[in-house]
Amino acid sequence: MNRNARRRYASSGWLAVMYALTLLALIPLGLILWFTVSKGLPPALHLEFFTNSFRPVGVPGSGVADAIVGTAILVSLASLMAIPIGILGGVYLAEYGVARWASWVRLASDVLVGTPSIAIGLFAYALLVAPLHHFSGYSGAVALAVLMLPIVIRTTEGAVALIPSGLRESGLALGLPRWRVSLQLILPAAVPGVITGALLAVARASGETAPLLFTAFGNQHLVFDPNSQLQALPLTVYQYALQPYKSLQDQAWGAALVLVVIVLGINLASRWVLRRQIALAGQL
Amino acid sequence: MATAVESTVVIPPPRRVPDRFRTLTAAVASVAPLIVVVIVVILFQQAAPAVRRYGLGFLTGTDWNPVTESFGALPAIFGTVATSFLALALALPVGVAVAVTLAEQGQQGIRGVIGTGVELLAAIPSVVYGIWALYVLAPWSYAHLEVPISEHFGFIGWLSQPGVRSLFNASLVLAVMILPTLSAISRDVIRAVPRGLKENAVALGATWWETTWRVILPAARAGIFGATILALGRALGETIAVTMVIGNNHAMPPSIFAPAYTLSAVIANEFTEATGVYHPAALIELGLVLILVTLIVNVVALLLVRSTSREVSRAA
Repeated sequence: MNRNARRRYASSGWLAVMYALTLLALIPLGLILWFTVSKGLPPALHLEFFTNSFRPVGVPGSGVADAIVGTAILVSLASLMAIPIGILGGVYLAEYGVARWASWVRLASDVLVGTPSIAIGLFAYALLVAPLHHFSGYSGAVALAVLMLPIVIRTTEGAVALIPSGLRESGLALGLPRWRVSLQLILPAAVPGVITGALLAVARASGETAPLLFTAFGNQHLVFDPNSQLQALPLTVYQYALQPYKSLQDQAWGAALVLVVIVLGINLASRWVLRRQIALAGQL
Repeated sequence: MATAVESTVVIPPPRRVPDRFRTLTAAVASVAPLIVVVIVVILFQQAAPAVRRYGLGFLTGTDWNPVTESFGALPAIFGTVATSFLALALALPVGVAVAVTLAEQGQQGIRGVIGTGVELLAAIPSVVYGIWALYVLAPWSYAHLEVPISEHFGFIGWLSQPGVRSLFNASLVLAVMILPTLSAISRDVIRAVPRGLKENAVALGATWWETTWRVILPAARAGIFGATILALGRALGETIAVTMVIGNNHAMPPSIFAPAYTLSAVIANEFTEATGVYHPAALIELGLVLILVTLIVNVVALLLVRSTSREVSRAA
């Protein structure tokens, strides 16, 4: 066998190795989805699972309604805080991105994305739980908002930057003030991209456990008051999975399935919106 | 005369319209840097009692006992660093392979599916990784990796004493969790390598592998390094999944198959039950150590990724 043939075989061999390693990377995804569905579906098939809240071990009909309601309240409150601030911040970065302050904002957002979520939980605890002497949904929502903010800022910036500069220039040439160009011309054109960012942030916040451990804390009863302790789906998975009771472990898998469906559903939806944005920006 | 004419035509200095929109958005955007500063300041303030009492001995002490109020962070720091680096070592070859595969041209259908799959891996909540690791991955790894390895290489102390909840199993979950970060950023960096470089290599008769291994990967080296460090930052800060499988052991582990602890896991397990002055303060100091380490790691990584993308675009 001559040298060139050996090189060609080596090349094909390495190509096969690369593909094999890529497949290896997808195995965990398949396994996680398979186990979440096969272990989570049986408990989640009962209607009570969604309508009842926690019941002590041995009492039938336990469900995760408390966690679903809690997660909805926490994530809605966090979105109300993070999304408007994030969008305006992203518009600032896209419009005045060359300013020195903008590069600090950008660095801070990137640093916040990488900040351990447990540290953000400690921060919300020190800010809102310790001074007020009680765990609360509000403090959990603040912690989640801090997690969401940098995601919204950076995706909004990216979406606005996708809009061709011709649109901005024609607005300015017509004599529109800068703020009207930004908010009434550019931002509406970037709406799908902005929605993508908001959706990704919501998905991230729905799945986070660590920031809620010492803020929302968890609650075994169904409550709607954000000033009290709140249960959340990730907390349910975490707390029940570590219990020695089979019934609670099953509930944990069921809650994990609900969580995975929500998070992956939001993610797939955001991809669809993003594709529309790219198509839209192409038409402008 | 001339001066008189000039004086009659007074050109007003251009009126600077204050850009209120800019001021407003800049003020709103300042929330992000403000939060970073407030997080660090408030954690410093809350950790102050522990910082004052234990000083630098906090970082080197190996004893952790809330009853005697003796707090040393070394086992947790060691566990954090060890799990993260072990996870990187496991994930790096796979992550780069995924990036190489995804960055190739052609057959976009399959690549789209693989790319989506890897990105969905990033979207799965860490608590779901945790429950999966606790009930599926760790028992499997114990039976099929830890026990056989320790049977053959157990004479090396580091590879003895297999256990279901262990430093190694925590690293294994972490490796899966940081894979998307590694491969997505590396893919972008590899794609940014100028086409000309690749074409030159092919024109000189290099095979696909020779082009990839000797031309493309070296050109993308700094960016892949940046991706690695970003992934390291993720691994250092990850909490819930690690907490569920690490085994919660406040001591220096004798082996990678033994239970250990990480900074974030200690905080997650003990903070709500901490009483008195020094236990909560010591836990917040652990958080402070964690946040400062990840801050440094992240800034270094960001600068690396940014500088290479600038370099690559200049080369192109």
